[in-house]
Amino acid sequence: MTRARRLPGGGRIDRTRTLGFHFDGAPYAGHPGDTLASALLANGVGIVGRGVYSGRPRGIVAAGVEDPGALVQVELPGGSEPMLRAAAVELFDGLVADGLPGKGRLTIERESARFDKRYRHVDVLVIGGGAAGIAAAEAAARTGARVLLADQDLALGGALLGSEGERIGGAPALEWVAAAEARLRAVPEVTILLRTTAIGLYDHGSAVLVERCTDGVTEARVHHIRAGRIVLATGAIERPIVFSGNDRPGVMLAGAARSYLHRHGVLAGERIVIFTTHDAGLRAARDLEAAGATVVAVADARAGDRVTGTEGDPWLSAVHVNGTAVRADLLLVTGGWNPAVHLWSHPRGTIRFDETIGAFVPDVPNGPYAAAGAAAGTFDLAGCLAGGAAAGAAAAGLAGFGDGQAPPVPAVEAPAVGPLGRLWLVEPEPGDDGTAHIVDLEREATLADIRSALGAGLASIEHVKRYTTIGTASDQGKTSGIVTSAIAAALLGQEVGAVGVPTFRAPYVPVSFAALGGRERGPLFDPVRTTPIHAREVAAGALFENVGQWKRAWFYPRPGESMEAAVLRECAAVRTGVGIFDGSTLGKIDLQGPDAGILLDRVYTNTFSTLAVGSCRYGLMTKADGMVFDDGVTSRIADDRWLMTTTTGNAAAVLDHLEEWLQTEWPELRVRATSVTEEWAVVALVGPRSRELLRRLAPGIEVSNDAFPFMTWRDAEVAGLPARVFRISFSGELAYEVNVAGWHGAALWDAAMSAGADLGITPYGTETMHVLRAEKGYPIIGQETDGSVSPDDLGLGRMASRKKWCIGSRSWHRPDLLRADRKQLVSLLPEDPELVLPEGAQIVAAPDLAPPMPMIGHVTSSYRSAALGRSFALALVRGGRARIGETVWLPLPDRTVAATVGSSVLFDPEGTRRDG
Amino acid sequence: MVGAGGHGLATAYYLAKNHGIRDVAVVERGWLGGGNMARNTTIIRSNYLWDASAAIYEHSLKLWETLAEELDYDLLFSQRGVMSLAHSLHDVREGQRRASANRLNGIDALWLDPEACREVCPILNIDPEVRYPVLGATFQPRGGIARHEHVAWGYARAADALGVDLIEGCEVQGIDVTDGRVTGLRTSRGPIRAGKVALVAAGHSSLLAEMAGFTLPITSHPLQALVSELLQPVHPTVVMSNAVHVYVSQAHKGELVMGAGIDSYNSYAQRGSFHVIEHQMAAALELFPIFARAHVLRTWGGIVDTAPDASPIIGVTPVENLFINCGWGTGGFKATPGSGWVMAETVATGRPHELARPFALERFVTGDLVDEHGAAGVAH
Amino acid sequence: MLLIRCPWCGPREEVEFRYGGQAHIAFPADPEALSDAAWGEWLFHRDNPKGAFRERWVHSAGCRRWFNARRDTVTHEIAATYVGTEPGA
Repeated sequence: MTRARRLPGGGRIDRTRTLGFHFDGAPYAGHPGDTLASALLANGVGIVGRGVYSGRPRGIVAAGVEDPGALVQVELPGGSEPMLRAAAVELFDGLVADGLPGKGRLTIERESARFDKRYRHVDVLVIGGGAAGIAAAEAAARTGARVLLADQDLALGGALLGSEGERIGGAPALEWVAAAEARLRAVPEVTILLRTTAIGLYDHGSAVLVERCTDGVTEARVHHIRAGRIVLATGAIERPIVFSGNDRPGVMLAGAARSYLHRHGVLAGERIVIFTTHDAGLRAARDLEAAGATVVAVADARAGDRVTGTEGDPWLSAVHVNGTAVRADLLLVTGGWNPAVHLWSHPRGTIRFDETIGAFVPDVPNGPYAAAGAAAGTFDLAGCLAGGAAAGAAAAGLAGFGDGQAPPVPAVEAPAVGPLGRLWLVEPEPGDDGTAHIVDLEREATLADIRSALGAGLASIEHVKRYTTIGTASDQGKTSGIVTSAIAAALLGQEVGAVGVPTFRAPYVPVSFAALGGRERGPLFDPVRTTPIHAREVAAGALFENVGQWKRAWFYPRPGESMEAAVLRECAAVRTGVGIFDGSTLGKIDLQGPDAGILLDRVYTNTFSTLAVGSCRYGLMTKADGMVFDDGVTSRIADDRWLMTTTTGNAAAVLDHLEEWLQTEWPELRVRATSVTEEWAVVALVGPRSRELLRRLAPGIEVSNDAFPFMTWRDAEVAGLPARVFRISFSGELAYEVNVAGWHGAALWDAAMSAGADLGITPYGTETMHVLRAEKGYPIIGQETDGSVSPDDLGLGRMASRKKWCIGSRSWHRPDLLRADRKQLVSLLPEDPELVLPEGAQIVAAPDLAPPMPMIGHVTSSYRSAALGRSFALALVRGGRARIGETVWLPLPDRTVAATVGSSVLFDPEGTRRDG
Repeated sequence: MVGAGGHGLATAYYLAKNHGIRDVAVVERGWLGGGNMARNTTIIRSNYLWDASAAIYEHSLKLWETLAEELDYDLLFSQRGVMSLAHSLHDVREGQRRASANRLNGIDALWLDPEACREVCPILNIDPEVRYPVLGATFQPRGGIARHEHVAWGYARAADALGVDLIEGCEVQGIDVTDGRVTGLRTSRGPIRAGKVALVAAGHSSLLAEMAGFTLPITSHPLQALVSELLQPVHPTVVMSNAVHVYVSQAHKGELVMGAGIDSYNSYAQRGSFHVIEHQMAAALELFPIFARAHVLRTWGGIVDTAPDASPIIGVTPVENLFINCGWGTGGFKATPGSGWVMAETVATGRPHELARPFALERFVTGDLVDEHGAAGVAH
Repeated sequence: MLLIRCPWCGPREEVEFRYGGQAHIAFPADPEALSDAAWGEWLFHRDNPKGAFRERWVHSAGCRRWFNARRDTVTHEIAATYVGTEPGA
């Protein structure tokens, strides 16, 4: 059993307050300033989790995010959060956690916590608030630069928080930290973010930070930082030595035990063995001894001492030092430190192996950043202060503040680092297969696994990583990764530097999906666009469909009415009376300039420049590949002014398309394109009685066919509102599209509904609109087309002017586009007039084929038609126009059905209805 | 063979096995299987819209079904099904079109309504009130995942056993062409004479083509992916959603594996921009609220070679005896066995394999594209 | 995330921009005069270098204007953004 306990005094915790918490169902108490790990140790709880495969007990190994041992699941309102590190969870009152077997549980039904994002622009970002980071921030702040200092811990100080005895400027080091923090906080251009971990460094001075908030409102906040320069003062991570039985609870990193002592007033054991490669390890043991423990053995690797094994079940009871068992309950281990070069490496800054400290250090950055302090391989306190100040001043200078010269730093009294030995691994005794040498505690990967990988012929460290899975657990190999490289290097007979390390990947610490998702969830996931008439549609009982970001009225069922019945009713109303339709979502682009006609001729397949003012024309747009991209009616408003309409879904894409060609290919054209989609509300009045309705609404204009012919527009007052009325039709019926300013849309709708009441005016939605246009064979771009359909495939090839070129015209006579068996738009009449063919159903040329069967096309649109009194469909069929009159078959999941190919225009092919 | 990724190794293996051509060297700039083979999200399916695509991917899927046995290597191939969600009426129409085409091509394809989606994947949010509700899905039960490294290692071991030479750390620096015919390679480890050369180096195809004196309609982009920590099983299948840009499965060990959208710009850096990942997380939570407290553990990027029609380029090149296999974009992993199979025959005979013919370079001249972009936009 | 200097608006975040691929590819003066192969080349073939690349961006969430950039496709460093022809190039 662990003998860890809280000492009666000492530590940087607030002993005046008690925080109650539960672990594995049992109640405990701790203090503000504790982590869950320190509080557990204080309560004599040493075993926290279990190994993921072996089920072996796991204790607390480290004192921070690098801990590979103690994983917990923490309860939350409405669920719990898995795979948190006890050593990185700040204790709070009421915390409930349980230990994990290396694998977490997802329990949340619906996240209720709030997560935020924030964007910040600074001149100098300093990551890490230890001695080097503070010195860097101070040096940068004095130049007037905007400085952001971020640290993952709950207080500044870094390694000093877990230490004792160092003095800076004649005072205890933490007093200097407090004074420096006060000075920094007094500078208006300085921001300090605590509990804020930099998770990734990206291009061009971009960093992503995650702040654990304590305001009780927001749980965490993601900061996107754009910095002129970045100083990485991220410190170093103590590394273990791998030996047989090194995963037994009771084996702890020496620096971690020292930190638990000085920071939390927790003594992690009574009888201590220290296994070290450097003097700081010896100091850690002496500090614990001074606090009441007994150092029963010192294994100094520099003197050739080795720990060769451990005993105890489950807790450590003995350590084998040079082959001799020594009774102990705590084994402190330290093999030196690895600079935390993770962030440095994210944007592919290079690292190199430094022989003097036996670790990888930053080499060449790829971006505006530099490292300082332990992160740069400087392990002595004076060097950290000086390096930090130099880096901070240089960063500010490069960002345009100050002269780049480092300010003087205070004098430091601290023990020397001393000679650093190097030991990665205690070689197994003969006959030991290395399966008890645990390299990665969380993945439970061993020396034997590394040997096996190399034995299989894998030489790359990336292969070793993937084969052994070392470094891929949730601790991201912070303590195991480089040890693995060194072990592999020794086995391969190569230098560690030559073997290298697997690429460091963001994030530096795991971040919850919810934190990264922020508030872009639910209705805020993507904006909802509604038309000015939306509320009227809701009131009328419409159901809506999503079209891009728009909500469009789909159909208007009466109480108890099915969709099919509603659509048949709406269709009949339009064909026999008058329907009203909200067309506001159509894209509208205002084109101005003397060369607008030339632009239109180039982007549409047909000619527009000859169109008279006051007239409208339907146009088909192709991209350079010759495939149909968009369609719509464009009207000439004045000599140098046009109004283009686009499909709802393509409005932005068409404007982009015009801008791209105007700006990058034809800058000489004098044209300006402006989206006016939301400026106008569009109410379509459609059906044989629409003329009567418009007459009532707009007594000021002559509405006869002669005075207001098809494909023309008029400015008019409609329902007392300034309006522009287009006589265009997407149904084959007499129709008027009334455009008013957006804020008049609802009023226009109300006026039309009221004026048309005795005419049986019927609101209809997109489904009825689709049926009506399909009866006329009008394609919907994106439904009859899919990016592989040319104008000729739609039967609209004749629209293309032969006298001019357009953007895609050259593509139309590529060999494949001239083939006679291209898929062409036709209609299908199912043999069974009651059968509505499934949209998307594939078409074959014979009734009795077996898979794989040659398909000759597919159904693009399919409806029941009120006007035709039967079902019908539009389809793309190979050589379809030549098949008119032929029978084709559609193998449905349950049966094969027949249909007859016909012209795409099924209703009123002579176009007699459009003039009323 | 230039490139010891999955496709290159598979090609070498089938050259030796199917065609008895064993005097084969596979040269690899980095480490074996270290490109996109090590970076993909391992989704396997064959339910593509167009006949040409369906044929090659289905051939591949059939090979997957016996591959572990053939290579005598546990590939952790798991046919847990692949679900592609529809979030709009347009998606529904296109999904049903694809399912119909698949069925007639003899490929298992189901159309699921939202309730059926939920039966397959109980953690899927089918609430109709969400921003883009699930309106249904296509489902291919035979689709699934495999362990990508094992596939590379399995092919490598099998190819090696048949006498193929695998040369890592060997960068191609030049391609020797004499009288329009390839004669060998210049590499960082010296020249190699070769009767035939196949370029199977996703991410670097354009550069190799340039060395041989021709160009490709290919651009290279970052594609990012991520994993969570190990979690108890919650997600029994593979779910893809094009509309909200999510594809996710839970690997055997328990980590959630997710792919992000492609980064817009050309890059060879094997890393992308973080906002792409963040958008991914928001989208994932829309579909899977239970993922809220899973953690992003590791993100990474690969380089994908994308062709204008989102389909691969396989076959002959303007240089005699020089063959190309590239442009698999975001979806090459699933094609590994099939791609290797048809490429091996193409190289062995000098003529495109029947299944490779629609994917010839020539299509960019004739206009006979295999436009999986426009058709269903489902590339993964 | 890239930081891109719009020639009109100054340095802005990547999310404000849309990518436009290779720069300096002119629309053929007479497309009809091109062979199928030459037209296919113009339509689909773009340089894809590893290293310096001249490319197009549009500041779509800003001034909506197109411009060119010279960016390294390995380091992502943007050496210049410019309108029209690169100064000094």
